[in-house]
Amino acid sequence: MKRNNTWLWSAAALVYAFLYIPLAIVVVYSFNDSRLNAEWVGFTLSWYKALFNNAEMLTAAGNSLIIALSASFSATVLGTMAGLAIHRYNLKVLPVLVFTPVAMPEILLGVSLLLFFLQVLNLTLGMVSIIIAHTTFCIGFVAIIVRARLQDMDESLFEAARDLGASPWQTFRLVTLPLIMPAVVAGALMSFTLSIDDFVITFFTKGVGEPILPIQIYTMIKVAVTPEVNAISTLLMLLTLVMIIIAAKLDAHASSRDAKTSS
Amino acid sequence: MSKGDLREGRVARLLVGGPPFIFLLIFFVGPSLIMILTSFRFPGEFGGLAPIAAPAASAESEHGFTPEAYQFFFSDLLYGEIFFKSFAMAAATTFICLILAYPLAVLIARSEKRFRNLLVLLVVLPFASNFLIRIYAWMIILGPESALSQFINAILGVFGIGPVTLLFSPFAVLVGMVYVHLPFMVLPLYTNLEKHDPALLNAAQDLGANGWQRFWQITWPLSLPGVFSGSALVFIPVLGMFAVPDILGGTGDILIGNLIKDQFLGTRDWPFGSALSIMLTLAVLSVAALATWLARPATGQQG
Repeated sequence: MKRNNTWLWSAAALVYAFLYIPLAIVVVYSFNDSRLNAEWVGFTLSWYKALFNNAEMLTAAGNSLIIALSASFSATVLGTMAGLAIHRYNLKVLPVLVFTPVAMPEILLGVSLLLFFLQVLNLTLGMVSIIIAHTTFCIGFVAIIVRARLQDMDESLFEAARDLGASPWQTFRLVTLPLIMPAVVAGALMSFTLSIDDFVITFFTKGVGEPILPIQIYTMIKVAVTPEVNAISTLLMLLTLVMIIIAAKLDAHASSRDAKTSS
Repeated sequence: MSKGDLREGRVARLLVGGPPFIFLLIFFVGPSLIMILTSFRFPGEFGGLAPIAAPAASAESEHGFTPEAYQFFFSDLLYGEIFFKSFAMAAATTFICLILAYPLAVLIARSEKRFRNLLVLLVVLPFASNFLIRIYAWMIILGPESALSQFINAILGVFGIGPVTLLFSPFAVLVGMVYVHLPFMVLPLYTNLEKHDPALLNAAQDLGANGWQRFWQITWPLSLPGVFSGSALVFIPVLGMFAVPDILGGTGDILIGNLIKDQFLGTRDWPFGSALSIMLTLAVLSVAALATWLARPATGQQG
């Protein structure tokens, strides 16, 4: 058994290294005083300075933030409703509509939305089309998280509220919503991260006007790679890390409260 | 339940389920139908689409509906070849992900309970970073000036083999695909392995089974549902991926995704792009159906 464990641990350590070394290299080279991502020359913050002087990049970051906030808001509202409806009622069609966009290759959603926006809505592609597209694929993720939380909860809580004479709205506002709140917040954070990171669907629904962050990064990678890409990458990693820590804190808080109420 | 309750239930159901239903009906079902429709139209002279009805001025121009886009797909072997290459890439990625993910998932599932969440988080964490950045990282690692490239070429040089370029090759695409999709394999595997009863392995050991036998006769067969769902979660997105070959691959390494992308943003042949998307959808649906059928819980089996 011992020998087996050593073997497992070394295999796992290699896989963890495979996961982390590439990202570590990106971070390290963001501080490298050389235009080439080849060898370490010296420490510098100039790539970060260049980034903050890059007006187009800042506009792109601002636009992506607006898109992510709008899309995660609408996806959270609609996704929470979908999660509640799927959990509560025996629905046939809604689960298919909600979960298919999550499971299929993103390119299919991107292409079909592009055709739909241009042919049916006659919409000029831009911020609005991206927000709608991001909402469409984020709804499913929120619904999955909310439904999982509902499945973990004791049905008798809702029955008790009803027996005590609460109207459906009161039951929702005073019992259901506070209980599923951690899942709703987790879903919102997840949608925000998915939206700000999304490349494929944004690529198809972006139009030509406003610069968007993932598209800017893509152009930099494809056209001229400078360590500015490493700098923006490092900042984005930091942002997601903060979001994950917040989500984990909320989750820990919720589960400790659950433990208290159930005991 | 009184009649009033029933009606109230129906109203609540409509209020809660209605808005997401309508939104997705418009922005998911609608676009899918439009894509099917588009695949049966003629391409426009300058990209986009030809009108459905013939414009009065140019009666000769093509209009109406046609299966031309599909005929075009089957008329040239090149497209079938790209589909085949995409399937091969998806299969190779899935296989390598399985080999990398399995020991990791076993380790996490058998480690102490209090470490499990942390170990899972460590798998997921890199994947919270931007998708493009994860691909870009491999551009650095596989680039011609990178330490890895120089090391490999120094060794090959000893044997008199000319320098190889790692970047912009099918190898680079495969590495990128594995890196981007690995957690989709680890998570379902772990979820499955965690449910296994350790008593089974102990019993097998008591009956004299060695480590190898215990793995092949107990752990592996029990983990098959996890293997199949993980494989579907890797196989399906790889099939439609265009960003990885686009960034890490050479001009000859294009897959279905790149072909589709080109029809919309390059040559602008919308009907052909739509037809390719429909073919991809059919491929995805068959893979998903196969995986669901394979992963179905066998009767009389635990877990």
